[in-house]
Amino acid sequence: MTSSKNMQVTIGDLTLKNPIMPASGAFGPEMEQALDFDRLGAIVPKSITKFPQPGNAKPRVCETNGGMINSIGIQSKGVEHFLSHTIPAFEKYQSPIIASVSAESIEEFVDVSATLANQASIRGLELNISCPNLKGDGKAFGMDATITRELISQVREVTTKPIIAKLTPNVTSIQDIAIAAEQGGADGLNVANTMLAMAIDVDTRKPLIGNVMGGFSGPAVKPIIVRMIYQVAQVSSLPIIGCGGVMSGRDAIEMMIAGASAVQVGTASFINPTALTDILTEIEEYMEQNEIIEIEELIGSIII
Amino acid sequence: MQRHLANVLSNKQVSSRYWHMVVDSTNLNKTVNPGQFFQVRCADTYFPFLRRPLSVYRINENTIEFLYLVKGQGTSAMTKIQAGHSLDMMGPVGEGFRLDRSAQNILLVARGVGVATLAAVAQAAYRQGVKSYAIMSARSRDDLLAIEFLEDYGAEVFIVTEDEGTSDVENVKRIIKEDICATTVIDAIYTCGSRRLSKLSQSIANELHIPGEIALEEHMGCGMGACFSCVCDIREGDTTKSVRVCTEGPVFPLDKVVME
Repeated sequence: MTSSKNMQVTIGDLTLKNPIMPASGAFGPEMEQALDFDRLGAIVPKSITKFPQPGNAKPRVCETNGGMINSIGIQSKGVEHFLSHTIPAFEKYQSPIIASVSAESIEEFVDVSATLANQASIRGLELNISCPNLKGDGKAFGMDATITRELISQVREVTTKPIIAKLTPNVTSIQDIAIAAEQGGADGLNVANTMLAMAIDVDTRKPLIGNVMGGFSGPAVKPIIVRMIYQVAQVSSLPIIGCGGVMSGRDAIEMMIAGASAVQVGTASFINPTALTDILTEIEEYMEQNEIIEIEELIGSIII
Repeated sequence: MQRHLANVLSNKQVSSRYWHMVVDSTNLNKTVNPGQFFQVRCADTYFPFLRRPLSVYRINENTIEFLYLVKGQGTSAMTKIQAGHSLDMMGPVGEGFRLDRSAQNILLVARGVGVATLAAVAQAAYRQGVKSYAIMSARSRDDLLAIEFLEDYGAEVFIVTEDEGTSDVENVKRIIKEDICATTVIDAIYTCGSRRLSKLSQSIANELHIPGEIALEEHMGCGMGACFSCVCDIREGDTTKSVRVCTEGPVFPLDKVVME
């Protein structure tokens, strides 16, 4: 990093040395072969559930124009394995760990969050409220403002660590859910999880995903996410983490101008294993070219 | 795993559906083993979007060869890459085949593009002084590849095709048991490319107490173990566990894979 540039951003009381972090589910310890984890603003492991769960039917990924659809189904080894294996694999790095939590009920969110909050090396929690609420007929928690508020407020009671609510884009008004998460006590908002999508093989007439529908990600979704970041920034004072379709430094900067304080990179790493650090380098070059000293100047700097 | 921009030395059509690519591997600085693969970028555009896993067909001192089936838009795009261009490839990825040093005779059971994976085993076997017996199954004679290549490495090749009505599982079973195993002690079985032939190989290996390995093919997302797209079930005692084909595989002990 150029010494005269300050790339620090804050999410609650968590200070990140730069705004770039991996998106949960698109990152694992294996990537250390290709990537310097110490350069990342934060480390975000794959979502963890309380108990082991097997994941969805295959095929779990398919390609689309400018992106992909996945239905992995949060294949997880459970929170005990996460604490004994996954966290130690990341603890050796300087970058703060933000644990992503997925659960089937509010009680389970609270339970897993309380367990993770006891770990000193976990510096923040990202609540994946985009997963199906099994007690609510499979509707995602984050599709309902009242449930979102209740879920966040209950988790708030068991931890003082920063809570980031990962919102679903599959709603009529993401602003209503963002307000509810803020009222519940969230410290940050992730905008957003993948978009519900579907693709069909016209030769076989079968869905290209074993689970029929899945989550759409990749560069094709970026304009929709930029719109949502802009909309959420109008109604919430919380820091926003933009997530969806970032492939380059300029994509990340676009999200920051729309209102994001930080940016997650997911699918881009599938195409280029060094995407995260390449994007950081491109942001540094942009700051240099545009004589930007503090990256925070960019946040919400859109000119309408 | 590293990302390389390898110089393409040639990329030619070798039959109606198959292409053969040779790339310069002098800058790889890594040993490549049979069964390992590279995650290859098919084009510089966002469609085809994901990389494609291509197993190594032939491993030479300064080059690596791929034999690929042109199946969809990704592999179609690959045919446009010309000699002199660069190939964006990540790898080598995964666990390859393990060839026992004490083996004397091995059996290869390949269907279609599975030969691209097993040819590298025949090449490694030849270098160790091991004789290969190879069942090559395909739709038609036109789809059969690498026969000369296998024979150059001392393999005895048995051809079965759908067109000639010889590729059914019962006939392949008869060839393996009567034409090969009745006169030769097979020390290991290696298979790739067909679920039916994999099941047969598993059953014969079990019956004749021969160790074996299988290279699995799966839809992959990242190819780095991060996304959990390409999982399969492996038997461990009385239980099964889900493993990633890209990192724990693609080669697994034949007796442990739960065939779907």
